[in-house]
Amino acid sequence: MATRSRNSDRDRRLDNSSKHRSELPVMGAVSMDRRQALKVIAIAAATPTLVSCKPSEEAPEALLTSASTSNPKARGDAWDPDLLAPTVLWERSLTSDELQSLAVLCDVIIPADDRSQSASQLGAHDFIDEWVSAPYEANQSDKIVVREGLVWLDSEAVRRFGEATRFRDLAPDQRIAICDEICYLPNARPELEAAALFFDKVRDLTSTAFWTTPEGMEDLQYVGNVPLPRWDPPPLEVLRHIGLE
Amino acid sequence: MTLKAQDDYDAIIVGSGAAGGMCAYVLACSGVKVLMLEAGRDYDPVSETPMFQLPFDAPLRAAGTPEKPFGFYDATVDGGWRVPGEPYSSADGTDFLWWRARMLGGRTNHWGRISLRMGEYDFKPRSRDGLGFDWPMSYEDIEPYYDKTEALIGVYGSNEGLENTPNSSPGVLLPPPAPRAEELLTQKVCRERLDIPVVPAHLAILTQPLEADRIARMLWPNNEMAQRVTAESMRARAACYYATPCGRGCSIKANFQSPTVLLPPATATGNLDIITNAMVREVTVDTNGRATGVHYIDKDTRLEEHVSARVVILTASACESARILLNSKSSLFPDGLGNGNGLVGKYVMDTVGAGVQGQIPALENMPPHNADGASAMHLYMPWWLYQDQARGQLDFARGYHIEFGGGRKMPGFGSFGGIEPLTMGSYGQSFKDDCRRYYGSFLGFAGRGEMIPNDDCYCEIDPEQVDEWGIPTLRFHWTWSDHELNQARHMQETFGEIIETMGGQVLGTIHDDGADAIAKPGEIIHEVGGVIMGDDPSRSVLNEFCQSWEVDNLFVADGGCFVSNADKNPTLSIMAIAWRASDYIVGQMNQRNL
Repeated sequence: MATRSRNSDRDRRLDNSSKHRSELPVMGAVSMDRRQALKVIAIAAATPTLVSCKPSEEAPEALLTSASTSNPKARGDAWDPDLLAPTVLWERSLTSDELQSLAVLCDVIIPADDRSQSASQLGAHDFIDEWVSAPYEANQSDKIVVREGLVWLDSEAVRRFGEATRFRDLAPDQRIAICDEICYLPNARPELEAAALFFDKVRDLTSTAFWTTPEGMEDLQYVGNVPLPRWDPPPLEVLRHIGLE
Repeated sequence: MTLKAQDDYDAIIVGSGAAGGMCAYVLACSGVKVLMLEAGRDYDPVSETPMFQLPFDAPLRAAGTPEKPFGFYDATVDGGWRVPGEPYSSADGTDFLWWRARMLGGRTNHWGRISLRMGEYDFKPRSRDGLGFDWPMSYEDIEPYYDKTEALIGVYGSNEGLENTPNSSPGVLLPPPAPRAEELLTQKVCRERLDIPVVPAHLAILTQPLEADRIARMLWPNNEMAQRVTAESMRARAACYYATPCGRGCSIKANFQSPTVLLPPATATGNLDIITNAMVREVTVDTNGRATGVHYIDKDTRLEEHVSARVVILTASACESARILLNSKSSLFPDGLGNGNGLVGKYVMDTVGAGVQGQIPALENMPPHNADGASAMHLYMPWWLYQDQARGQLDFARGYHIEFGGGRKMPGFGSFGGIEPLTMGSYGQSFKDDCRRYYGSFLGFAGRGEMIPNDDCYCEIDPEQVDEWGIPTLRFHWTWSDHELNQARHMQETFGEIIETMGGQVLGTIHDDGADAIAKPGEIIHEVGGVIMGDDPSRSVLNEFCQSWEVDNLFVADGGCFVSNADKNPTLSIMAIAWRASDYIVGQMNQRNL
């Protein structure tokens, strides 16, 4: 460890100080209910590669075995979260009815194809629930946008296709007929501006939700975040692609 | 609290970041007994850094929040633009942002690792263009300390011999990593068509293990103990494995953080004690006007403590050090310590920042390959228009450098946000295909420019507010001059020109008015000044060794001492200046002057 306090009693007290500190006006700590500790890719998984790339005379063991899965030093609140075992500090707030409609909309935005699943199959609607339930001003404002937009979709479905019709029950071409009019703000009719902003918001959140999953990253053929023994120039086919061969 | 610090310290250091860590390292290696006080919690990058964790595993896919503005995985603990329980304020018309990090190592845990030397022009700006102030020292005075600092912390880069962009001495720099594809393309276009130099960046990241024994002997030729602790610490650092962002910290110690590079060898000497969660309120003085120690609040017990030493060194960050001085009022120093001429808090500077994003068709549909690299940029553009400026051809007096990046990085929150101008609102299969096509084709350019100090940028004690610990807080005042605003406009115009010359499309707006282009004051997190050094006691707070003119055993060795803020990111210079000040303190102690 890089530092030491002047006696061990103090160290213990530092580690136990979370109760005291939680009296601070900490934003975001509205609920301490902990979701399951998410999977952590421990550095240990990378160790064999790392060992092989280090000069043999300088490979201190301590460097290579820091496979912590949680951090006892962290208080666990929003200012000092456990970065090694992340948890969401707030409850979800959308209703199951809203989530069903949202899942359908997410898949209208990113459908399944031969390379990857659809947005809802990768939990995009659940991420949007996490997003709009967060206790921050911007997220709370997004919640209003999403809720009003979902209501608008159903009312538009009724208006166009008859009573007791919900957006999520429409045929694919009927959904497209609605979405085509709100998918691009500069082209949206003035009375559809709010609906277009809603669509844009859900598209942005769906795209973050989808492409940040392991499956989404694989779809994009992102191949980083792995330890390398050395850093090489770009491959020849890359240089060729940009005309720098 | 049960701890009673001994009263036999030679020096108290307030703060544990770049300056505090460096002072502690140099003093402890020189046999000085040091007590370091850190306002935040203990922090250990080796056990606490989230290496390889995915945005997918984090709340909000690791998006920034008010508590973690740079995203969930950013190393910063109890910090950001706001710190719980520790407010600050701005005067009407000012929107200053003050970034702090209450943790061992301070902002060195989060910083960008960009390590550029100030050049010969940068130390004598007033002599060149009549604006601002000259430093009381020259580049030649600080050059050996740049060499020593770079060798100690490990900096990659190259010597290009460019104007006001100094070379390092042979054997100091580590080899720079090969440029990424998008960097090579940008370099080719800038060099061949725009006459803008694009050269290897300098970053405090190890591209190979440090040559521990050679460097330790070079740094401490006649000090076996210092050689031993330095070499041991260097051997405990691994070279970068080119994965996972530096801003999270580094568990293998491949990048520079005070808690992995400066504090381990300092503590290994046995001459350094560290107390964390110790919030310093004021420096105390005796009836002769000499500093006796500091009062601090133990954040765990909320009790006030006092510790004593022969010398007090403030390295709490520019504005925090100014705050401590202004709060150190006594009958001898009614306006604050070292503030007889009223200059404490004056001439605060940040870096001028402006940016533009672009989409580059040539980068679309790139063959998949690993483009992570050493986290930050491998290439950058140093300021290239010194001669145009000298001829009066530009409407701003000082330069900027360009930081840029993009390409096939790990998808994160908002990676495909704001692309409707390209996709015309596509959704469904065509949107999915659009994302695949555009992934990796975005480039961002950011200017980092020199601000000239002015009378209207300063901090003072807010008479109406105290923090959670009862300590009066700061209030900021800010007015940019046309030099900064015109420079920000020039940055955006240049970036637009680069993007378009690359065949790309600017995303967003290039503003005609620099006031719309420029980042908020404080937003670049390079605030320096406020406790400026000089060679005239009536016009500065410190001498060239960071020593208070009024209180000779009081030093301010952080960015507060800066009298100009060149476009070169300040951390490397902060460390070099702190090392020079520390050598002076050791010399003065040996001569019994302190």
